[in-house]
Amino acid sequence: MTSLSDVANSMAPRVPGTRALGTGLEARGIHAWFGKHHALENISLDFAPGTVTALIGPSGCGKSTFIRTLNRMHEFIPSAAMAGEVLLDGKDVYAPGTDVTKIRLQIGMVFQKPNPFPSMTIGENVLSGLKLAQLKVDNKDDLLEECLERAGLWKEVKDRLGAHGGSLSGGQQQRLCIARALAVKPQVLLMDEPCSALDPGSTLRIEETIRQLSETMTIVIVTHNMQQAARVSDYTAFFLSDGGPGQMVEVAPTAEIFARPKDKRTEDYVTGRFG
Amino acid sequence: MSVIPAPREITTEPRKSDRIFRRVVTVGGLSSLAILSLITIFLGYRGFEVLRQEGFGFITSSDWSITTDDAGNVVESQFGLAAMLVGTILCAIIAVTIALPISIASALFLNFYSPQWLKRILIAVVDMMAAFPSILFGIWGFLVLMPSAEYWAKLIHHYLGFIPLFDLAPYVVTRSPFVAGVVLAIMIIPIITSVSREVFSQTPLDRIQAAYALGATRWGMIKAVVLPYGRSGVIGGAMLGLGRAMGETVAVFTVLNIVFQINWHVLLGVGGNVASLIILKFGDASPYEIKALMAAGLVLFILTLGVNAIADVIVKKTGKSGR
Repeated sequence: MTSLSDVANSMAPRVPGTRALGTGLEARGIHAWFGKHHALENISLDFAPGTVTALIGPSGCGKSTFIRTLNRMHEFIPSAAMAGEVLLDGKDVYAPGTDVTKIRLQIGMVFQKPNPFPSMTIGENVLSGLKLAQLKVDNKDDLLEECLERAGLWKEVKDRLGAHGGSLSGGQQQRLCIARALAVKPQVLLMDEPCSALDPGSTLRIEETIRQLSETMTIVIVTHNMQQAARVSDYTAFFLSDGGPGQMVEVAPTAEIFARPKDKRTEDYVTGRFG
Repeated sequence: MSVIPAPREITTEPRKSDRIFRRVVTVGGLSSLAILSLITIFLGYRGFEVLRQEGFGFITSSDWSITTDDAGNVVESQFGLAAMLVGTILCAIIAVTIALPISIASALFLNFYSPQWLKRILIAVVDMMAAFPSILFGIWGFLVLMPSAEYWAKLIHHYLGFIPLFDLAPYVVTRSPFVAGVVLAIMIIPIITSVSREVFSQTPLDRIQAAYALGATRWGMIKAVVLPYGRSGVIGGAMLGLGRAMGETVAVFTVLNIVFQINWHVLLGVGGNVASLIILKFGDASPYEIKALMAAGLVLFILTLGVNAIADVIVKKTGKSGR
């Protein structure tokens, strides 16, 4: 069996910040609370344009909470609070007077469970973001094809765009959700365990999609699957909670995390000794 | 080649406690059916004579008169419900037309806009409104609403009078179906609001989040996710309200001129509904007229049943796509 570090090493190395497209996203000193429960402590992490960053760590370590602070989905949970800054293009997304809907247009999100809108057809689902955000496009058909193509779903659904989203398989639904997120042209795509509800075949398709998308955008992916982190990401951040708030133990280029972790706890986790 | 066996019969022997509980809930479940059938049989039995006498005219003609001699024997009688049926439907439709948008708006407000403390208070108030005795609505409608409703009626007539529905041939604006409809609307708002709020609050969170994550505004999210999801429930609530509006007696009786004449003109002070007819005539009705009132009750009952059946079909047809 090949080791995770071999998998990670086989990836073409990429230097952050050298890609033309995408926007830098920076988290500065993020804390998060749910009521009195301190869920995240002082996370600072940079996401360079055009890279894929994987967040790994055992359940309950705050990975999902962290990415939900990045596009301000965190605040939907009653009693949720946060501190720190999230900078997109150098501007704090939590700054007073910010239009939060614009932030979410720039930072898209794909969820753990595929959640297409059941009342809409496949085509309507892809374009739903435009309607929701009241955006205008010149050629909807081109955009529809482009998004489905990029999400790796075009060939499978091009003859039944009028069918309901719920008629697709789980993996197809998830790629539909990715296509939907792409339609509003986000600069950053957050993925919260996008493959955890899918079979291995669909998972591979989505991983291919992620690699292709990273050519044009910044991607942050939360995953429980370390193979997946090794396969798709350029950087990996290891989160851990020792009973208290979740902390980031280590962040490094993915090949390094799996081959030469600096922290003992990271090593224990990536070698499968706990978690 | 293997032999394919016949499917086995799968049985299970329930425990005694389970059997007893099963019987208890069966009785509970069937009792409503039994009560309903008994009422139907009673109304049919009591009204049969009149229904046979009047035939189809009972629901197509709109005269209601009875002449008795001194001994109390019926000399001549004429019973027709048409005007009352039209009034019933008209008032109920006005009520739902007014109540539905208000109810949906308040249900959306309660679920998605209201701060928590206000939400708690408002829910209590709405529930209290649902339990409010209808006679009080009637009196309030008579004393408070009627004078101002007249003003609105005049306004509507002035600007929309060209539509036949809002025409006002003899200029009588008091005690019109419009006023009754408004009173009924206020009575059914709590029911529709309550049902709508419940279905809206069950909208799956992942869909709401999906919409927000796409940069949706709150209204955009509601339009794309909440309304499609809640549509069938809202229709169900509206039909419950419609049923209550059709069966309402006292409140309508206090604010409506009961006249035996078919009237489609919403603003004209002529109308009535079946339930208010029954209460109007019941007090000093002769035994034969009581039978006619029972028959009227049966017709109202069937009408309500029909509306509920239609509602059921609508809910089933529209229900799936949004879920």
